[in-house]
Amino acid sequence: MIPKLMQSITLPVARTEASRRQFLLGALAAGTGVAIGYRILSASPALAGEAATESGSHAFSPYLTIGGDGKVTILSSQFEMGQGSYNGIATLVAEELDADWSAIDVIGAAGNIKAYGNIAFGGTMQGTGGSTSMSTSWERYRRAGAAARAMLVAAAAAEWGVDAAEIAVENGVLSHPSGKSGGFGAFAAKAATMPVPADVKLKEPGDWKLIGNAELKRFDSARKANGTEQYTIDVKLPGMLTAVMIHPPLFGAKAKSFDASAARAIKGVVDVVETPRGIAVVGEHMWAAIKGREAVTVEWDETGAEKRGTPELMSTYRDLAGKTPAAFARKDGDTDAAFTSAAKVIEATFEFPYLAHAALEPLNAVARRNDDGTIEIWGGHQLPDVYQNLASEIAGVPVEKVRLNVMKTGGSFGRRAVFDGDVVVEAVHVAKALGFRAPVKVQWTREEDTRAGRYRPAYVHRLKAGIDEAGKLVAWSDHIVGQSIMAKTAWDGMVQNGVDPTSVEGANNLPYAIANQTVGLTTTDVRVPVLWWRSVGSTHTAFAAEAFLDEVAEAAGRDPLEFRLSMLEPDSRHATVLKLAAEKAEWQKPLPEGRFRGVAVAESFGSVVAQIAEVSVDGDGIKVERVVAAVDCGLAINPDQVRAQVEGGIGFGLSAILGEEITLTDGKVDQGNFDMYTPLRIDAMPKVEVHIVASANPPSGIGEPGVPPIGPAVANAAFKALGKRIRVMPFAKSLNA
Amino acid sequence: MVTVKINGVEHKIEAEADMPLLWAIRDLVGLTGTKFGCGMAQCGACTVYVDGSPTRSCQTFIGDIEGAEVTTVEGLKGKVAETVQAVWADLDVPQCGYCQSGQIMSATDLLANNPKPTDADIDAAMSGNLCRCATYHRIRAGIHEAAKRLEA
Repeated sequence: MIPKLMQSITLPVARTEASRRQFLLGALAAGTGVAIGYRILSASPALAGEAATESGSHAFSPYLTIGGDGKVTILSSQFEMGQGSYNGIATLVAEELDADWSAIDVIGAAGNIKAYGNIAFGGTMQGTGGSTSMSTSWERYRRAGAAARAMLVAAAAAEWGVDAAEIAVENGVLSHPSGKSGGFGAFAAKAATMPVPADVKLKEPGDWKLIGNAELKRFDSARKANGTEQYTIDVKLPGMLTAVMIHPPLFGAKAKSFDASAARAIKGVVDVVETPRGIAVVGEHMWAAIKGREAVTVEWDETGAEKRGTPELMSTYRDLAGKTPAAFARKDGDTDAAFTSAAKVIEATFEFPYLAHAALEPLNAVARRNDDGTIEIWGGHQLPDVYQNLASEIAGVPVEKVRLNVMKTGGSFGRRAVFDGDVVVEAVHVAKALGFRAPVKVQWTREEDTRAGRYRPAYVHRLKAGIDEAGKLVAWSDHIVGQSIMAKTAWDGMVQNGVDPTSVEGANNLPYAIANQTVGLTTTDVRVPVLWWRSVGSTHTAFAAEAFLDEVAEAAGRDPLEFRLSMLEPDSRHATVLKLAAEKAEWQKPLPEGRFRGVAVAESFGSVVAQIAEVSVDGDGIKVERVVAAVDCGLAINPDQVRAQVEGGIGFGLSAILGEEITLTDGKVDQGNFDMYTPLRIDAMPKVEVHIVASANPPSGIGEPGVPPIGPAVANAAFKALGKRIRVMPFAKSLNA
Repeated sequence: MVTVKINGVEHKIEAEADMPLLWAIRDLVGLTGTKFGCGMAQCGACTVYVDGSPTRSCQTFIGDIEGAEVTTVEGLKGKVAETVQAVWADLDVPQCGYCQSGQIMSATDLLANNPKPTDADIDAAMSGNLCRCATYHRIRAGIHEAAKRLEA
């Protein structure tokens, strides 16, 4: 039923083979072409029209409306979870429109694949992931801005009776040498009726005022500093009820029976209903629902549930890692022969735990059936077409009767891009179980959010390297053991020859000239649900490769930076960012007493990032003092937001290796809240410097690529500081071993 | 029934005594700037001032604060708060922004009590506020910048 999804992927621009491969993998991270498994949406709510009606403004295209007050509202195909996609898209539109930056707003759009389909995913589905928001928007939203500008100019030319070519546009104002001038608002109504130009000429880079402008500020920062930004949790509807979930305590368990009599007696508890995903306790408000939940007793059917714990799973993984891989993702040269003839062979095993996304806004969604029979859902719709289809099936209404309101969310890091709809379908299930008698917000508690699965999978890597007499790396093998994110899901078609590309990305595309190398994969069958987690495969592959490479350099008696550069083309992107980071961090200069440094470089989502970490010894462990990053992400649309994403990516990656781990005991998740699952706090955040390589290439990813290098850079510095190799995450496990 | 003043306005809250102030503010009073992140005083997203002191509203119970004066991010006023908020926008500190109400409440309180905090002071005062986007680098820079502007 589901065709091979690879066929649906087309690339927007010609790229080199290496980056093309990476680009495809980037696309995968959000689940390329999943809509193929569902009905393709034919009808589309005229969203721009709706937005126009609601705000009293005028639709120029599915991408923007302009009000009589001159306010420009952009309809974004890309979801905003903090990564700045709205700001990037606003920059593209405002640049070509010559708009007033202070008169810009952006809202989320959905329900029109033709307009909003992600070009990096082949255009067949809308979705945010794989750090593709800027690459998919680069042409589309600049053209939308330029088209609207031309329509405004045409309207003004008609009104003034002048030649359109004589009209200038600047900062939201049209003017003519005769002295006539007027704001966008004065011409919006007329301009919106003008024909949309079939072709528009985009500005030359030399004429850009906003694109590439490092001084440009995000349009949405002030509202986040005064508490007025609205997230899914803030949705308020007349008569709305709030539900909390009781999910099965084991993955794969189901409710057999439940007793809600005590819960129903609690003041404010409205109902307790069963859904295919668990029991929902519905209250007049959140606190009533939480109290009600404590009073519900559930008997679970644990037949077929996952009952293994972390120690058993990791022991199995370690055993498998020592055996022949089940599949291969790369085979170059003759690795066996090269190991046999190598002067020195070293081996190491790296272990990575399950990780929770732990976005600060626990998952939530709001569902309502309107009087006209439409189902309306508010949420962090990272894969809107999927959710629209699932909701249509659950509610039993045609897909065009499902309307999505795309809310901004308090983080996501991949968590809101799920093939089964997760909390979004729960909201529809609960509303349906209530007979659609009221709008309902399903709001997970922190504990539900932590324990509901969809983790970065646990992995074990077994690495082996051979060096020759001259200290040259001649043989390399990496055997990866862990769960597949895409197998047995709607994305199953992406798994080819036993290789889920998200399991091996970052391992099977090493940039180094190594004549003999193999990357093997053994996929495990575990019922713990897994998912993409900011930077996906590279969260573990880059660590294993770049930390082990340091061990190889050590064994060869070579400087880790020089060793890497010796295996790279001098003008390659990898060499360029390495050299830039080294220059800014003064790699050649000795550090003060008590400071140690490590380097790592990784390519992900079409971008390459090098990082040099400086650490000091802190008790039994280390403190990361400073990180110098160099990034090549193609053209930086918003340089300051590129810096922000790399700063945050460093914190996010550091958080994982220093203190994050989901463990299971007899199948049950041990962690629930931030007392046990412990993301990075400010006192562990290093000083960060980000340097951007000037580039005229089309923009590539930036939301994720800052994450992968930090772990190995810090691990390599930690070895210098402590003399111990960090091979088991989180760090403390290696230090206490 | 409990009477509390929220942002200078008196509210008579009809709720069980064990209802956390967080849910009274959000679900009964209808102010949404104060966020839910953990429910056990671990993340700081729900930080408000109770009688002037930064307090985790998810672990403050309505029955315990009869007559209290509560300030949420919506009611934050004064030179220090306004400077912090202006700096947050000028430095583009927020990413998703969800934790930032709590960060602003804590940062404002820090600067009100310590006009020239060091990095160590900042880390100590702000380590109760989680930011999953890890905007910590800019939070630190933002507090230093606000201190500089307030001194001028």
